[in-house]
Amino acid sequence: MIKKREQIVFKYSEEGKKGYSLPPLDVEKKSYIPENLLKDENKGMPEISELEVVRHFTALSHMNYSVDEGFYPLGSCTMKYNPKINEKISSFDNFLMAHPYLPYSLVQGNLKLMKTLEDRLKDLTGFDYFTLFPSAGAHGELAGMMMIRKRLELDGNSRKIVLIPDSAHGTNPASSHFAGYAVKEIPSGEKGYLEAETVKEYLNEDVAALMMTNPNTLGVYEKDIKEIAELLHKNGSYLYMDGANFNALMGYVKPAEIGVDVLHLNLHKTFSTPHGGGGPGAGPVGVVEKFRDVLPVPVIRKKDGVYYTDFNIPRSIGKIRSFYGNFGVLIKALVYIMELGAEGLKKATEFAVLNANYIREKLKDTYELPYNTKTLHEVVFSENSFKKFGVKTVDLAKRILDYGFHPPTVYFPLIVHGALMIEPTETESKTTLDDFIDVMKKIHKEAEENPELLKEAPHYTPVKRLNEVLAAKKPKLKYKEEE
Amino acid sequence: MRYFPHGKNSIKQMLEDIGVNNIEELFEAIPDSNKRKTEIDFKPKSENELMEYFKNLSEENRYPSYKRFLGAGAYEHLIPEVVNYISGKGEFVTPYTPYQPEVAQGTLQATFEYQTMIANLTGMEFSNASLYDGATAAAEGILLAWRVTRKNRFLIAGSIHPEYLQTIQTYVKNLGIIIETIDWDEEGRVSKGDFEQKYNENVGGILIQSPNFFGIIEDYSWIKEKIGENKTLLITAVAEALSLGILKPPSFYGADVVVGEAQSLGLYPSYGGPTLGFITTSNKKFLWELPGRIVGETVDADGNTGYVLTLSTREQHIRRERATSNICSNQAWCIIRASVFLSVYGKQGLKELAYQNIQKANYAKEQMKKRDIKIKFDAPVFNEFVIEVEDAEKVYNSLLEKKIICGIPLKWFFPEDTKSILITVTEVVSKEDIDLLIKELEEIK
Amino acid sequence: MSNLYFTKEHEYVKVEGDTGYCGLSNYAQEELGEVIKVILPEKGKTINKGDEVCYVESPKESAKVYSPVSGEILDINEKLEDEPELINSDPYGEGWIFKIKITNPDDIKALMDEEAYKKYIEG
Repeated sequence: MIKKREQIVFKYSEEGKKGYSLPPLDVEKKSYIPENLLKDENKGMPEISELEVVRHFTALSHMNYSVDEGFYPLGSCTMKYNPKINEKISSFDNFLMAHPYLPYSLVQGNLKLMKTLEDRLKDLTGFDYFTLFPSAGAHGELAGMMMIRKRLELDGNSRKIVLIPDSAHGTNPASSHFAGYAVKEIPSGEKGYLEAETVKEYLNEDVAALMMTNPNTLGVYEKDIKEIAELLHKNGSYLYMDGANFNALMGYVKPAEIGVDVLHLNLHKTFSTPHGGGGPGAGPVGVVEKFRDVLPVPVIRKKDGVYYTDFNIPRSIGKIRSFYGNFGVLIKALVYIMELGAEGLKKATEFAVLNANYIREKLKDTYELPYNTKTLHEVVFSENSFKKFGVKTVDLAKRILDYGFHPPTVYFPLIVHGALMIEPTETESKTTLDDFIDVMKKIHKEAEENPELLKEAPHYTPVKRLNEVLAAKKPKLKYKEEE
Repeated sequence: MRYFPHGKNSIKQMLEDIGVNNIEELFEAIPDSNKRKTEIDFKPKSENELMEYFKNLSEENRYPSYKRFLGAGAYEHLIPEVVNYISGKGEFVTPYTPYQPEVAQGTLQATFEYQTMIANLTGMEFSNASLYDGATAAAEGILLAWRVTRKNRFLIAGSIHPEYLQTIQTYVKNLGIIIETIDWDEEGRVSKGDFEQKYNENVGGILIQSPNFFGIIEDYSWIKEKIGENKTLLITAVAEALSLGILKPPSFYGADVVVGEAQSLGLYPSYGGPTLGFITTSNKKFLWELPGRIVGETVDADGNTGYVLTLSTREQHIRRERATSNICSNQAWCIIRASVFLSVYGKQGLKELAYQNIQKANYAKEQMKKRDIKIKFDAPVFNEFVIEVEDAEKVYNSLLEKKIICGIPLKWFFPEDTKSILITVTEVVSKEDIDLLIKELEEIK
Repeated sequence: MSNLYFTKEHEYVKVEGDTGYCGLSNYAQEELGEVIKVILPEKGKTINKGDEVCYVESPKESAKVYSPVSGEILDINEKLEDEPELINSDPYGEGWIFKIKITNPDDIKALMDEEAYKKYIEG
């Protein structure tokens, strides 16, 4: 039997219960610290036995939908299978227990691992250098935009504006802002991609860079990208590519070869490391030769057969976080890359694109495609085919939950009204896709015949639709006993 | 390839339905001029080969046979096996950010419980649902203070973790924010004199760390008394979150915002990551200025309790360039580990664990003092302290030859300081090893 | 004839002599859904017609509010800080967002009156 509800952990607490075992203290007890620096008790912390903790979290785990459980077609998130061998290898004792301040001579394995990952990412993208330390895609964007700013500054003028297409992820404008830039939105064209002609109109001496996602958030390949890169370079500006959708390009396009100057990858998307309910991820950044001097510190190098980290880079943008990033995530990505090999990664891209196009083909007569342009790894539908029934995208998404699937990304990209963004990834079979397609068609029919069914959905989940207005207006962010 | 569930027939059928002859045709959307010009060539490996390759690689890390006295922002503590068991569940490892709360109550409730515990430990009311690490959390703390005070001058204790300071500097330098550091005094504490000289009402915030980078427990009520109601925020950084299990919380000293690193609460050192950054506050006015995800309690359509991501408009996917931070992916899975860790240790266990740290580190410190090893700062410490020798690197290297990593020469961070070594002793270090370290130090100091 | 005038972006200005109360139209608040937060503009600031002056937010959206006219912001509706839902319940009354001194009366002429706006939203 699976519980639908689980009480808050603190309710298991009772004075005198204990869920830990500590070795006896092997030194003589003394009072070293003045009493005034010590607290009386750990107020608001529970006292629970181990089994109760296990049952509590097991109950909670049953309320989560996950890739291990089923199809998770969130667009732009690349919810592919997370191989179990990745988890095993990243938990080898000699990796887990390594302290970041160990001398290089004793952590050659870790350093070699990171250097190897850099090399593989260079192979796949064509860049000259990689930094592995950004902890997420957005962190990579920030590091990348800071490098662009620093490069421009060293060349005499950091400039003021970053151009970002209206279809971009929200992190792009936010990261540019925190790198000190004003953001100018630029319209993606009627065909669903940014046209070189449009970029021309926006270029002036204040433009530091253009940030674009390729393929973009509609799943459309940015055809003009090479020409756009040339225009930018002529203008003294740089091209930043958001590589969140690199799963559509492996083995087909090396971004550095088409004029991209700076790119980040999301190891938790393309390279199979798990999302963990929102993180940790890793957002390595690749750059062309010009940016060598401004890479964040440290840089991993090899001298006389020994790996070490170099902190002495005078023009570096500096440190972007502590230590060496989310090292555990880096291990998993390298295991995946090595397992698949160059050919396997290309195959991953091919099956991802095949799966997305199959869904597109099967659903395009039921749902409206806002753009007719060919797409790669994902497909976006609009609300136009069901809005007339008084049903919103959110209602449709909630109804999908009742059928045991995770809904697609909704209301994004912003340029499509009531968007449903579907990214199946390569690790799903035709059978799964067919089941999903059937459900999508069935729900569309329900929307027409019985819209209330959707508006009140979900019906079978552990909780029903949650009141987000109440949550935001009367924020309750911690449990209080007296309540 | 074992991760692709595509049989021959399926592929054929799918291609036919799409109306193309082969998969390559689907890539016609990419202009030929854009297609890869150079080969990519690395061979696949089987599971068995991978296990062997990485086993060998991990064994090139030769540190396990060494005695280690390391800390400085990354700590080795006893992690109950149940933490690994729970956090290893696929239901916690493989979901995405809980955008569909109806099928993510597990992650959401666990995060709410974590927020409660980290808020309680820091003595605050509100916590977010994690940041990357202590260093970026410190930077986000400064940015929060910058937004709410609209002042751009900040004072930071020179005794915070050097990597935190460097990260803050990277984060603020393009935003017109000016950072000045405050010296430490002979006892290793924030210098009152230097503070008074540098502080005025134009300062937007003061960031200090306790225990500080030298392990010293700061007693800093005087800072709040000095700044009064001057609209200057007091931000406390905590790099060793276990200390919160026994020391007075930052709220006691009047902190407005607490930032820090919770790696100590259930995460292995893992060569410095994944980590678990946190930020907490009690000021309701700052709620809408917090960075990152936040989980809140609410009710569902039937009136039952449930949890959702809330105050979401603060975030990048809605406010875009006006967002309070650019963070999207955070360290969510690490929260599961921290929640389990905090639940099993709980009220008493945290105190006991923290107590053992105090006892062992101070035993080491006291014994060294007795043997005339110079303790650089004599103020109370939690689980690390600084000694002074004639030539720190020389001592470090000679002990390394004896398979002892005695700590961290501070020269690595403060090049002019050639004498100091930061020594960390947590509960995992035995008395025997402490005594050995002292014996060896005595011989070569 | 009412004294309400509208922009294409669904802001309104309720004209009273040479001042006006600005807010979001009834249509706009319905589209946005329940308002949970209003980020008010700065009092005393001089703004131009079409400037992005403040933001009205529902749980999942942050709507930009553009000023329908040029002028100086004389007052802001601080009541919205605690009761943002007034924008939903009484958009043209207690749900006003800012009061502006209209420097250029011609600005009004470029806006839609109630009837024209009604046609516009019926589209």
